[in-house]
Amino acid sequence: MDKTIFQKGKTIISPSRFGVRNFQNRLFFLVVLIFALITISMVFLIIGTLVMKGFRQINWSFFTQVPPDTFDAMMAKTSGHLIPGGILNGITGTLFLVGMASIIAIPFGIIIGIYLYENGSKRYANMIRDIADVLQGVPSIVVGLIVYLWVVVDITDGYSALAGGVALAIMMLPLIIRSTEESMKMVPVTLKEAAIALGTPYYKVILRVLIPSSFSGLMTGVLIAVSRVLGETAPLLLTTLGNPAVNWNLVKPVSAVPLLIWQFYNDPNMVDLIWSSSLFLMGFVLLLNILSKWIAARHSIQ
Amino acid sequence: MKINDNNMTSDSPILSIEDLSIAYDHDKYAVKNVTASVQKNAITAIMGPSGCGKTTLLRAVNRMHELYPNIETQGKINLYGENIYEMPTIRLRRKIGMVFQRPNPFPTMSIYENVIAGYKLNGIHLKRSERDEIVETTLRDVTLWDEVKSALHKKGTFLSGGQQQRLCVARALAFKPDIILLDEPTSALDPVSTAKIEDLLVELKKHYTILMVTHNMSQAARISDNSMFMFLGELIEYEDTKTMFTNPKDSRTEGYLTGKFG
Repeated sequence: MDKTIFQKGKTIISPSRFGVRNFQNRLFFLVVLIFALITISMVFLIIGTLVMKGFRQINWSFFTQVPPDTFDAMMAKTSGHLIPGGILNGITGTLFLVGMASIIAIPFGIIIGIYLYENGSKRYANMIRDIADVLQGVPSIVVGLIVYLWVVVDITDGYSALAGGVALAIMMLPLIIRSTEESMKMVPVTLKEAAIALGTPYYKVILRVLIPSSFSGLMTGVLIAVSRVLGETAPLLLTTLGNPAVNWNLVKPVSAVPLLIWQFYNDPNMVDLIWSSSLFLMGFVLLLNILSKWIAARHSIQ
Repeated sequence: MKINDNNMTSDSPILSIEDLSIAYDHDKYAVKNVTASVQKNAITAIMGPSGCGKTTLLRAVNRMHELYPNIETQGKINLYGENIYEMPTIRLRRKIGMVFQRPNPFPTMSIYENVIAGYKLNGIHLKRSERDEIVETTLRDVTLWDEVKSALHKKGTFLSGGQQQRLCVARALAFKPDIILLDEPTSALDPVSTAKIEDLLVELKKHYTILMVTHNMSQAARISDNSMFMFLGELIEYEDTKTMFTNPKDSRTEGYLTGKFG
């Protein structure tokens, strides 16, 4: 016999027969909660450690100067001062490389994504989709090796920013293709039909209805791809190597923040700089994430 | 069955369907051997149970059915005597406007831009004064002008369902088409909005020819002049609405109208 008690709209079933099930229910959700908390606390621990260890090193010169040479760093350390200099060459290098990679990868990625959207499940399209998935799974160091062969040896005859840009573009491409196709699929079919019923030629339907309507999804895909390659180190080690100075020349080596972190790590005098650099990188990635969510919220089709 | 065209002024009827058959995948016929002539400046309703081919027939008139893969069309549809399958679709769709079941104004465009979307998307350049005139005239025609005139440049998403649907009708009217096709235009709307759209259609038929699919028999009885009854892809009966509802000739028509199946 169930005794159901109605209390302000809530139905309470008396626990006599359901005691064990109730307890199991609660235990399950408790376990889920604990796992969730552990996962979330990882993020806070990472950010907390970086902030605590790197915060002191962040000042104006962090953003405006290049790293010191190892002797100056040693002098500063032994006298207890903060290490002078900053990571300007890394910041400009990262912006240069990611900017170049975006200019290469975005047009290709979006056009291929549109092709896949249009041709759905045909054989050729399926093949391209599978190849893009394989490309996404290629280890980043292998991408670096291949680009080393194609660009560093064949084109620029030496480590260069161009090689780094190409390597990052190859890594961004599958992400942009995927997210473009998925965003366009989410545009309601009725919008496409409305445009076609008005006599619009199909390429205009794509350019003036489909792309503007899926714009926030496209933007998000690009930002995700960018935040993925911001921290890539392995391919850059094999293609741009690094540069103690700021460099905007395509055919010369260029630095990047992850490369600098690696260099600081390997130099006992500059080790302290790894924390501030990592904090900067994380902050940038976080910023991009927030930006992409903000864009998605603003432009969403209800 | 052919209808008596008492009010025909031009020699060729505005829309005549000749032995039209449409099949998906070779064998599955959605529309079988339909022949009919649509009366000008009247509302013609297409009725029938689900899956009878009425939407496919409607979409065949502006060749939207060609969006489906593997579709085969046999027969002809003539617009003022000209076979639409030999006409470029862009020209055809400027003469025939379409309104869909769910209101679908373009969300990235303002109300103003939605009305002239047809021109914008086709790259037709109009002077500012011409555009303003078209927007005002069509919005007045659909009785939406007073409700939106102060918010023309806002996006249309704050409008109610009924208002959005009227906006879609305005968008279809902006090209001054000859024929307007409507695919169950009020099935997603509440009764008040439905009544407004029905009144609108009765007004519009003075200047336009209206072909409407409806799942709602009473709507057909209320506003249509002629009715087609379709069943399993065939046009079973086609005559003026009054006769069909009071004296249907085919037992299947009678069965549908009296609710024996639906």
